[in-house]
Amino acid sequence: MKNVRRRYLALHVDSAEPFSSSELMNAVWNAVMKLYGEYGASQTGLSLISYEPQERFAVVRVGHRAVEMVRASLASITSIASKPAAVHVLRVSGTIKALRKKTRL
Amino acid sequence: MKKTYGDLHLYPNLNNLEQASRLIEKASQLGYGAVAVPTPKNVDVQAPGLRKVCRDFEVDFVSRVDLRPRSPDELLRDLRKCRRRFEIIAVLCDSKPVARQAAKDRRVDLLNFPQIDYRRRFFDSAEAELASQALACLEIDAARLLTLEGADRIRLLSSLRREVATATDFHVPVVVSSGVSDAALVRKPMEIAALSSLFGLTGKLAMDAVSVNPSAIVTRNREKLSSKFVAPGIKLVREGKDC
Repeated sequence: MKNVRRRYLALHVDSAEPFSSSELMNAVWNAVMKLYGEYGASQTGLSLISYEPQERFAVVRVGHRAVEMVRASLASITSIASKPAAVHVLRVSGTIKALRKKTRL
Repeated sequence: MKKTYGDLHLYPNLNNLEQASRLIEKASQLGYGAVAVPTPKNVDVQAPGLRKVCRDFEVDFVSRVDLRPRSPDELLRDLRKCRRRFEIIAVLCDSKPVARQAAKDRRVDLLNFPQIDYRRRFFDSAEAELASQALACLEIDAARLLTLEGADRIRLLSSLRREVATATDFHVPVVVSSGVSDAALVRKPMEIAALSSLFGLTGKLAMDAVSVNPSAIVTRNREKLSSKFVAPGIKLVREGKDC
C-alpha cells in the first residue's frame, strides 16, 4: 500500500489577542471552505497537531498536494473569532522532527 | 543567488509617518527586500522620511507615482513631467483611451485597473498586445482578495483569471502587489504567490510576479535614470583623458 505523503506547517498567529485552538481551527476551516468549498476542504487532510497560545505558534498537518491550497487559505484569514488577526506560514516540512529543528522550538 | 522579493504597492497615509513606518517594518519582517510607496507627483520624490524608515528596516525604497489621467493627452503631459523623476510609473486606467495609450507608451511600467468596477477593467487582448510590444506590466493588488467576500470576491477572481490568461498568452509580465494600507493585511511573498494561484497564476509565474518581475522593472529604470545611461544598450563605462 502506498504511504500517504504529508506535510507539516509551522504557523505564526499574528494578533494582539489570544485565541483558543478551536477558534484558530474554525478560522482555518472557514477560510478553506470559503475559497475551495467542502469538496476542496475534504482533500486537504487538515488537522491541528499542536498549538501554543502563549507563543502564538501552531503546527498543522496537510496532504502534500494541498500545501498551496492551505497556504492560500491561511493568507486569506483576516480575523479569528471576530478579532483582527493574520496567520503566516513559517516553515513547511515532511516530518514533525525536521519542522521543530528548522523552527528551533 | 538569493531571490529579492518586492512589494511595489504599499499604500500608507503619507501624512502619518508612524503608520507608514509600521507598514514598512511589517514588509521587512515578512521578507521583502524592496518596497514602493506611491507619492503624489508634485511632492519631493526623495521622500526623506520614508527613505529613512526604509534604511532603518533594511529595505530598498523605490520611488513610485500613480498617475490617474482623464485623457491620453493628460497622460502624455504627466509622463513628460514624471518619467525622469520616479523609478516606477503606474497608470490607473479609468477609461479605455487612457488604458490604450498607457499600454503602448514605453515610459509606463505598470497598468492598474479599478478593482471593483468590472466594467472599467480594460485589460483585453488588444490591450495585452499593445503592452507586450511596450514594457508595461499588468499590476494586480492582492488587498481586495483579502477584504472582499462572497459574490464580490467570486466576480473579482473571475475577472482576474481572464486577465491573467490574456497576459500569459501575450507574454505580458504580471506583478502582484499587496496594495494595502493596514500592516495586518501585509502577506509574505510566498503567501501572495499562493493567493495568485486562485486566479490562475501558478508555480514559477506566481513566484516571478513577486520577485523577478518587480526587480526587473526597478533595475531597468534605475539604469535608465543613472547619469551613465546614454540610450538603450549604450552606457558610459569610463570617462577621462585616457579614453
